[in-house]
Amino acid sequence: MLNQPLSKKRKNFELLMKSLMILSVGLTGALVLFLMIYVLWQGLPNITWELLSTKPSYLTERIGILPDILNTVYIVLATLILVLPLGVGAAIYLTEYASNKKVVGMIEYAAETLSGIPSIIYGLVGMLLFSNSMGTCLMAGALTLVIMNLPTIMRTTQESLKTVPQSYREGAFGLGAGKWRVVRTVVLPGCVDGVITGCILAVGRILGESAALLFTAGFAHAVNGLIDGLAAPGATLTVALYVYAKEQGEFGVAFAIAAILMVLTVLINFAATSVQKYFAKRRNV
Amino acid sequence: MKKNQMLEKIIHGIFLLLGLITVGCVLLITVYLVISGIPAIREIGLIKFLFGKEWASTAAEPAYGILPFILTSIYGTAGAIAIGVPIGFMTAVYLSKMASPKVKEIMQSAVSLLAGIPSVVYGLVGMLVLVPGIRKVFHVPDGASLLAAIIVLAIMILPSIIKMSVTALDAVPKEYEDASLALGATPIETYFKVSVPAAKSGIAAAVVLGVGRAIGEAMAVMMVAGNVPNMPDSLFQSVRFLTTAVSSEMSYSSGLQRQALFSIALVLFLFIMLINATLNFFLKREKE
Repeated sequence: MLNQPLSKKRKNFELLMKSLMILSVGLTGALVLFLMIYVLWQGLPNITWELLSTKPSYLTERIGILPDILNTVYIVLATLILVLPLGVGAAIYLTEYASNKKVVGMIEYAAETLSGIPSIIYGLVGMLLFSNSMGTCLMAGALTLVIMNLPTIMRTTQESLKTVPQSYREGAFGLGAGKWRVVRTVVLPGCVDGVITGCILAVGRILGESAALLFTAGFAHAVNGLIDGLAAPGATLTVALYVYAKEQGEFGVAFAIAAILMVLTVLINFAATSVQKYFAKRRNV
Repeated sequence: MKKNQMLEKIIHGIFLLLGLITVGCVLLITVYLVISGIPAIREIGLIKFLFGKEWASTAAEPAYGILPFILTSIYGTAGAIAIGVPIGFMTAVYLSKMASPKVKEIMQSAVSLLAGIPSVVYGLVGMLVLVPGIRKVFHVPDGASLLAAIIVLAIMILPSIIKMSVTALDAVPKEYEDASLALGATPIETYFKVSVPAAKSGIAAAVVLGVGRAIGEAMAVMMVAGNVPNMPDSLFQSVRFLTTAVSSEMSYSSGLQRQALFSIALVLFLFIMLINATLNFFLKREKE
């Protein structure tokens, strides 16, 4: 009886589901391939040294994205510097200090809520909170992004803190170390991998962000130093892409930026998985 | 000794403060949105604001009805879910249960890539491929339409749906599947009649997450939907979503118009909070 043939109905179900699954996987894969190839094919030929190294000039009708590249770097730096202590601190509080379950639940619920809020709302609130007081500038954008990326850094740090063996902490306490000393010498070194992963994810999110920056950081294209740059309005690469494509119809430049962003996205994904793999391996040894 | 205790207490306090920052941020965002969103609703009238069919903020006699935006956001999200969920779900079942480890790894990094692509890039490709494509295929005067937005959103929610469903399906205990196989069910029957029901809370959470992503997306939609405040009567109409209603007029708005934009953001925020609560409900059930 074991090899009794399947009834027609069951056979049809098998066939239908199998073909639907393969169709879906094929579609998803093809989509990724198409997007990659199309954007690179349209964008790479437009990337020239002149584009990368100059600022836009109306006189010579030349478009350069150097200011946008610099602005992106500044905003990434400013956001990370501000969000790291906050996120790591919050994670340490949750895993090491917090004893009240209600407080923990509240903080975690707040973090989940933050990660669900769409970026356009961050943009609006950032505009009200920061841009109205300090003016439209990169710093206002960075502060908005700090709130946005807080949950990411918190989560990755928390996850890596959970992998620090409890016995390490007990050992340190047993030797007479105070709580702060244990946190500083045992716990903090253990969360390096989470912090690095969090940073990579945050950089990816900042690079891709546009709606939250449009009204907080503005869209100027001036070349500035780091400090002046943060105090002045400026477009990041994504915002510049939007402005060039939607408002100015400069699709060549837009695709060049899109290709750069695409390559960066691939690199960031690769870095994130490599870091995770590296630390997972080291932990198992 | 006392000095040490003091130090410990201070440090504990600092960490508590850092922990409470997220709570503070959520409160701040809520309070700011409510405070800035209420005045315009008061002035226009709640019913007239929510159910008014006409939005003409710059007309001589301005009208501030956001029903077109609400309906567009709902239709657009529903459409994206209708296309994205079946594809994402089937892909997830295949990747979790049938794919060889190598295929799974390659596809998972492809899906992560899809998740990492900035929304403006989706918008750009949509503008130059999808919009002209729709114009040609359906012979309509302009391809920038609800349909274009639905397709772009469906693609953008795919990664969230696939990732979360794969995680839920991977967590189904192997014993369930073994029992079903031993009773004579084929592998595919087992996946769909045993594994999927066992992972249903996680899959439901994936769908809700997709809804949240779709309803909150602004830039990509802004680039392909046309942005005319029409009622969404047909798939080929140029429409404006709740998100794009906020962003398209923000840069030049003032007075009541600007306040009305904040009110739209408040409505969007309430939608999102509702979705978050649903998401949490399913996630909690998944954990149990």
